[in-house]
Amino acid sequence: MAELNVNIGNLPLKNPVMTASGTFGYGIEYADFMDISRLGGIFVKGTTIQPREGNDYPRMAETPSGMLNAVGLQNKGADYFAEHIYPKIKDIDTNMIVNVSGSSIETYVECAEKIAELDRIPAIELNISCPNVKQGGMAFGVTACGAGEVVKAVRKVYPKTLIVKLSPNVTDIAEIAKAVEAEGADSVSLINTMLGMAIDAEKRKPILSTITGGLSGPCVKPIALRMVWQTYQAVKIPIIGLGGISNWKDAVEFMLAGASAIQIGTYNFVDPTVSIKVIDGLNDYCDRHGFKSVKELTGALNI
Amino acid sequence: MKVTGNYRLHKNYCLLKLTSDENLPEMFPGQFVEVRVENSPTTFLRRPISVNYVDKSKNELWLLIQLVGDGTRKMSEFRLGEIVNIMLPLGNGFTMPSKEQKNKKLLLIGGGVGTAPMLYLGACLKEAGFEPTFLLGARSKDDVLQLNEFQEFGTVYITTEDGSLGEKGYVTDHTILKEVCFDQIYTCGPKPMMMAVARYARAKAISCEVSLENMMACGLGACLCCVEKNKEGHNVCVCTEGPVFNIENLSWQS
Ligand SMILES: Cc1cc2nc3c(=O)[nH]c(=O)nc-3n(C[C@H](O)[C@H](O)[C@H](O)COP(=O)(O)OP(=O)(O)OC[C@H]3O[C@@H](n4cnc5c(N)ncnc54)[C@H](O)[C@@H]3O)c2cc1C
Ligand SMILES: Cc1cc2nc3c(=O)[nH]c(=O)nc-3n(C[C@H](O)[C@H](O)[C@H](O)COP(=O)(O)O)c2cc1C
Ligand code: FES
Repeated sequence: MAELNVNIGNLPLKNPVMTASGTFGYGIEYADFMDISRLGGIFVKGTTIQPREGNDYPRMAETPSGMLNAVGLQNKGADYFAEHIYPKIKDIDTNMIVNVSGSSIETYVECAEKIAELDRIPAIELNISCPNVKQGGMAFGVTACGAGEVVKAVRKVYPKTLIVKLSPNVTDIAEIAKAVEAEGADSVSLINTMLGMAIDAEKRKPILSTITGGLSGPCVKPIALRMVWQTYQAVKIPIIGLGGISNWKDAVEFMLAGASAIQIGTYNFVDPTVSIKVIDGLNDYCDRHGFKSVKELTGALNI
Repeated sequence: MKVTGNYRLHKNYCLLKLTSDENLPEMFPGQFVEVRVENSPTTFLRRPISVNYVDKSKNELWLLIQLVGDGTRKMSEFRLGEIVNIMLPLGNGFTMPSKEQKNKKLLLIGGGVGTAPMLYLGACLKEAGFEPTFLLGARSKDDVLQLNEFQEFGTVYITTEDGSLGEKGYVTDHTILKEVCFDQIYTCGPKPMMMAVARYARAKAISCEVSLENMMACGLGACLCCVEKNKEGHNVCVCTEGPVFNIENLSWQS
C-alpha cells in the first residue's frame, strides 16, 4: 500500500483523485453508485452570487470521444447553496470544494465571501475560464492582467485555500498561471473546457443553442497534459490536472507531467465509478514501481 | 446485465431482453435506463432507453430500440450472453391512478418508438385492475410494434401516416378521440406529437402526462444538460424531475 495522501497548499487530501465541477453535481447524485467519501475531494457545481437559469436547450453535443456543453452555469445562487445544499453535503467525509464564478470582480468577491462563511468548505476553485457565459467567466481568464486582478481581489477576502481554474483557450497558459500565483493563489487547476462547435449537416444548423460550447472528455487529454507540463515549468504552487482523464493511467500521466492531484470530469457520465477505479489503480501503480508515496509521481517524468 | 434475447423487429427496430444474477430492482412505467455501448467509437456517452416491459417471472428487462445512429445500431448487435453495463432504474414514472378510480377511462398514446414505455404502463395498469386503451401512431404498418403484446393489456387503436394500418393520419386525428371522453392521457413520442396531444388534452380539460426524451449526458441530475422549461420558466432536469411531466407543469403548454 503506497501512501496516497497529498497536499494542495494547506489543504490535505486523502488521495489525489477528485471529481470536476459541473460533472458530479453536489456529490450526492453519485452516492448510490460508490462511496463518495473515498474521494480526495469533490468540486461542486459552478456557483454564482445570484441565481442563474443557464443557457437554452440544447446544451450538449456528443463527439466521438468527448462532448460539448453549453450549460452556462445554471445554479440557484450562493444563498440557496448555503441554506439548502450545504447542510446536506457538509458532513460528507471528503473535501467539498465550491467552484465560484462571477460576471464582474465584485460578484466574484461577494460569492467568495459568502462561501468563506461555510466552515466545512475548506477551499474554493475560482472559475475564470467558463466559455459558456457572455459576461465575465472566461473574459477574466484569457489575459494575465484580468486573471491577476480577480485573484487579487478574491485573495483579500478569502483566507482559506484558493484554487484558480485556468482556461485552455489562451496562447500561453503558463503566463496566466504565473500571474495568478503572483497574486496569491494557492494552486491552479487546469484545464477547463476548450471552445468548440458542432453542426447538424442535415438541418444546416448549429447543435448548441449558443452555437459554440466547451469541449471536454478524452479528446482534450493531450492538450491538457501539455498545458500541465508547461505550467509545471512556470510555477511553484501545486497544480491540479484535469481534462479527459478516464482511467488510472491518464491520472499517472498528469502527475508525471507535474500535477499534484487530478480531477475527473466528463468520464463520470460514462462510468460513475471511474474515480474509485483510478484511486485503486494509482495505488497499484505506485506499488508496482516502488513509490512509497504518490507524491513522488509529481513531475517525475524521465526526459 | 446479460443479454437473453435480441430480436430484430422489421428493419429499424430491435427488442433487447436482459437479465441479471441479482433480482432486478422494482421499476415503474416511464422510468428509463442508461446503456453503455462499448466498441462503438462514435458512441461516447451512455444511451437513455425507456423501460419497455419487465417480465418479473423471468427477472427480465425489455428495451425496445429504434435504430437511428451508431449507438442504437450497435445495441441491435448485442449477442446472446453478452454482458452489458446498464444503470437503472432512472427518473420518475407515470402517476398511477388510485384504486378507487377503477372506472377512469385511461388513454395511452404512443408515437413511433415512443410506444416503448406505453407497453409496461399498460401492463401495470391492467395488473392493477384498469382497462387501458392504447392509441398507437406510426409512419406505416411496419412501424407498428408489439401489437400482440399491447392487445393483451387493452383495446388498441392505430393510426399510420400512409394509411397502411388503422386510420390514416396522426394520432390526434383518430376518431376515438371524438367518440370517447377520456379521463386521463399518458403519452410518449416525438415532441410535435406530444405537443399536439397536450393541446387536445388541454382543450378537453383532460389530465395529461408526457414522457420527454431530451438529450442526456449523465442521467443523474449532475450535468444539467437535459433541461426543459417548467411553467415558471425555470430550467429543470428531465432525467431526475422527469422524464414524465404533467403538462400543467411545463411551459410549452401555455
Ligand atoms: C428518457 C429517454 C428515453 C428514451 N427511450 C427510448 C426508447 O425506449 N427507445 C429508443 O429507441 N429510443 C429512446 N430514446 C432515444 C434514444 O436515447 C436515442 O435515439 C439514442 O440515444 C440515439 O443514439 P444513437 O447513437 O443511435 O444515435 P446518434 O448518432 O446519437 O443520433 C442519431 C440521430 O438521433 C437523434 N437523437 C439522438 N438522441 C436523441 C434523443 N434523445 N431524442 C431525440 N433525438 C435524438 C440525433 O440528433 C441524431 O439526429 C430515449 C431517450 C430518452 C432521453
Ligand atoms: C456538463 C459540464 C458542466 C461543467 N460545468 C463546469 C462549471 O460549472 N465550472 C467549471 O469550472 N467547470 C465546469 N466544467 C468543466 C469541467 O469541470 C472540466 O474542467 C472539463 O470538463 C475538463 O475535464 P474532463 O475532460 O475530465 O471533463 C463542466 C464540464 C461539463 C462537461
Ligand atoms: S442528463 Fe445530466 S442532468 Fe439530466
